[in-house]
Amino acid sequence: MSTESSYYVPEQSKLPIITATGMGILAFGAASWVIEGGSPTIFLIGLLIMVLVMYKWWSIVIDENMRGLANDQLKKSYVLGMLWFIFSELMFFVAFFGALFYVRVFANSWLGGEAAVGLFDDTPTDAAAANNQILWPGYQAEWPVMVTPDQMANGEDAQFKGPEQNMNFPGWSSLLSWLPLWNTVVLMTSSVTVHIAHTALKNDNRKKFNTWLGITVALGIFFLFLQAEEYIHAYQHMGLTLETGIYGTTFFLLTGFHGAHVTLGTCMLLVQWLRGLKGHFSHDDQFGFEAASWYWHFVDVVWVGLFLFVYVLA
Amino acid sequence: MAHGPATLADGWVKYASRWLFTTNHKDIGTLYLWFSFAMFILGGSFAMVIRAELFQPGMQLIKPEFFNQMTTMHGLVMVFGAIMPAFVGLANWLIPMMIGAPDMALPRMNNLSFWILPFAFAILVATLFMEGGGPNFGWTFYAPLSTTYAPDTVNYFIFGVHIMGASSIMGSINIIATVMNMRAPGMTYMKMPMFVWTWLITAFLLVAVMPVLAGAVTMMLMDINFGTSFFDAAGGGDPVLFQHVFWFFGHPEVYIIILPAFGVVSQIIPTFSRKPLFGYSSMVYATASIAFMSFIVWAHHMFTVGMPIAGELYFMYATMLIAVPTGVKVFNWITTMYKGSLTFETPMLFSIAFVILFTFGGFTGLMLSIAAADIQYHDTYFVVAHFHYVMVAGAVFSGTAAVYYWLPKWCGKMYDETMGKVQFWIAFIGFNITFMPQHFLGLAGMPRRYADYGLQFADWNMVSSIGAFMYGAAQILFLFNVVRTITHGKPVDKPEVWEGAEGLEWTVPTPAPYHTFEKPPQVK
Repeated sequence: MSTESSYYVPEQSKLPIITATGMGILAFGAASWVIEGGSPTIFLIGLLIMVLVMYKWWSIVIDENMRGLANDQLKKSYVLGMLWFIFSELMFFVAFFGALFYVRVFANSWLGGEAAVGLFDDTPTDAAAANNQILWPGYQAEWPVMVTPDQMANGEDAQFKGPEQNMNFPGWSSLLSWLPLWNTVVLMTSSVTVHIAHTALKNDNRKKFNTWLGITVALGIFFLFLQAEEYIHAYQHMGLTLETGIYGTTFFLLTGFHGAHVTLGTCMLLVQWLRGLKGHFSHDDQFGFEAASWYWHFVDVVWVGLFLFVYVLA
Repeated sequence: MAHGPATLADGWVKYASRWLFTTNHKDIGTLYLWFSFAMFILGGSFAMVIRAELFQPGMQLIKPEFFNQMTTMHGLVMVFGAIMPAFVGLANWLIPMMIGAPDMALPRMNNLSFWILPFAFAILVATLFMEGGGPNFGWTFYAPLSTTYAPDTVNYFIFGVHIMGASSIMGSINIIATVMNMRAPGMTYMKMPMFVWTWLITAFLLVAVMPVLAGAVTMMLMDINFGTSFFDAAGGGDPVLFQHVFWFFGHPEVYIIILPAFGVVSQIIPTFSRKPLFGYSSMVYATASIAFMSFIVWAHHMFTVGMPIAGELYFMYATMLIAVPTGVKVFNWITTMYKGSLTFETPMLFSIAFVILFTFGGFTGLMLSIAAADIQYHDTYFVVAHFHYVMVAGAVFSGTAAVYYWLPKWCGKMYDETMGKVQFWIAFIGFNITFMPQHFLGLAGMPRRYADYGLQFADWNMVSSIGAFMYGAAQILFLFNVVRTITHGKPVDKPEVWEGAEGLEWTVPTPAPYHTFEKPPQVK
């Protein structure tokens, strides 16, 4: 409920309509680009507009805040906005995790002619088996799917061929050379460092804040570097690509979207770091940084889910 | 801010920039409402093409390929372009006034949410004129129809849906922030008007499921262009996975459409019954339970796709449970009217029709929820009839009621009651002539989405088409009545407009000034 005696309502603004135009051009350009023979020109124009207008928009918001135009109520609106935005991002990942669980628990078993989860699947065994024998003869349910149903049924003519290797835990002996573990360590550490930076800022220790936030950004970039390494290794040495059936599909889409979010989070933190160096924020007014750090923690939590369900529990 | 909004008298440039750059919730509400009406007419004209083709058996007017594009675009434009923006428009106009706030919490983002929509729908509609034609896989865009067998233009559809989803999410976050943060002192949650409550819950649903829709179209995009196999069994995926993801979005989506309609009716019926809403708190709890249950019933759209019996049974019983909170609402509306001093102005007529026809649509929904019986009804005109009873007689009727009810407050002029009633009766009769026979067609076995049909279905199809043209004509009358009210309506100057109207929006002058509640009111 409001406790303010009056409100801040911004004047008319040209920003939204330019953003919407940029978004429209971006969407149209992306579609025309992915269609065979398309070119990225329109997409890049849209992207340029979006980058410029976003820069301008946030500059204005920051400037308003620095001039003290944003009252407590508006700040609370920003807090609510950020929290619900993170919730919507979470739901985006829910869709992909849901797809992963569905494929692993149900679809894969059914393709292999088995009942899915015992008690809850009473498909007659012979019907399920016939399904397998007629459609995908020889396919056996396993996770990760190393040999696709297509490959079993059509051999060398198959459109989808499974990967040569997967990303599963390679065993204790090669633990230290297992990249996902290092990625986990890097991201977990960055969650701690961003918290240290936060505490420092609350105690008005600017130097400590700048240092630890800088370390967090560096860890974010390092994570992305490791992930790029992992992808290159997968494509060049493991025969694991987007096109290697459902395992490659879920692996790259889940980790890829997470990586995209890490990139976004790193950019957010980088901007907050630069702002910190310029002397923005105070011990009781630091929402720009807080919002970025919430986002960072969210990205971290998603990684824990990924590490468990994509890498470890196979 | 002291001077009022630019009018045409200030010149075209100023007038246009007022609408393009506005941060005013009333302006943005108006934009949403007009946009939604334009889309309603566009989607309606697609429906007219469908009904004209189905007037007689055999192919008369269009090719089957184009018929498929029409059914698809009709659904998409009506759901995402007409009904949803209409209620967002109402939310923009009314929520700040109902809770005593000066504007929405994030006014610039509010403007952005609106202006994305014209771009999204321009992209979507443009596909009709591209090589390969527009989306032709039904508004539910099941894979592999929408992936393996789709025209190239499906990519425009995908990115159009993406930015439209972004618009919806931003709009909903704005509504949540407004309701949670901008209520006037004393306006506790349990004092909020029902319309505000239903929108708060709807906004939560939107933030939760629009990203899932984005996930679904992203998986499609990857399958189509980048060789993944989410929906292809050959690679280890499953086309049925698409249906699960889609309906996890799709079922909450239908409540997103109907909950604000519940809110509108809960405002109007008490006014014209001159009694407070019966069972206010049970209304709030019922709305919340409907919203919760919308997340756990999605697979009742997929009873025939092949699921374990345990799944079929679970989704059947869970679906039936929704009848309980919905029943609470219907009984509350009826009890509100019981022993009230009723008058039957146009908004009240539409609201009563809403209660009756929505309940009817709810009953056919119960029939459809019976997994065993659904095997007969699935994908027939019975389903088409069912969801048009809840979408048209539900959402569209309540939207029309809302426009008539609040129009005097918005523009300070009273609409022509006679014309409103004439429109109501044409719409009411036309609607029932259109969709009642579709129940019979569906039970007799006519499948939906086909461009042609067997001779035994000829009579009822002709009747249905005649009703559809009648219903379409009623919308022209609606447009005419609204425009005429704005230009020639009889001025209204008292704040409350209606005799029994309660709520903060009826305490401000009529027409509502450009800025209301710059100082928050005290709510007792």
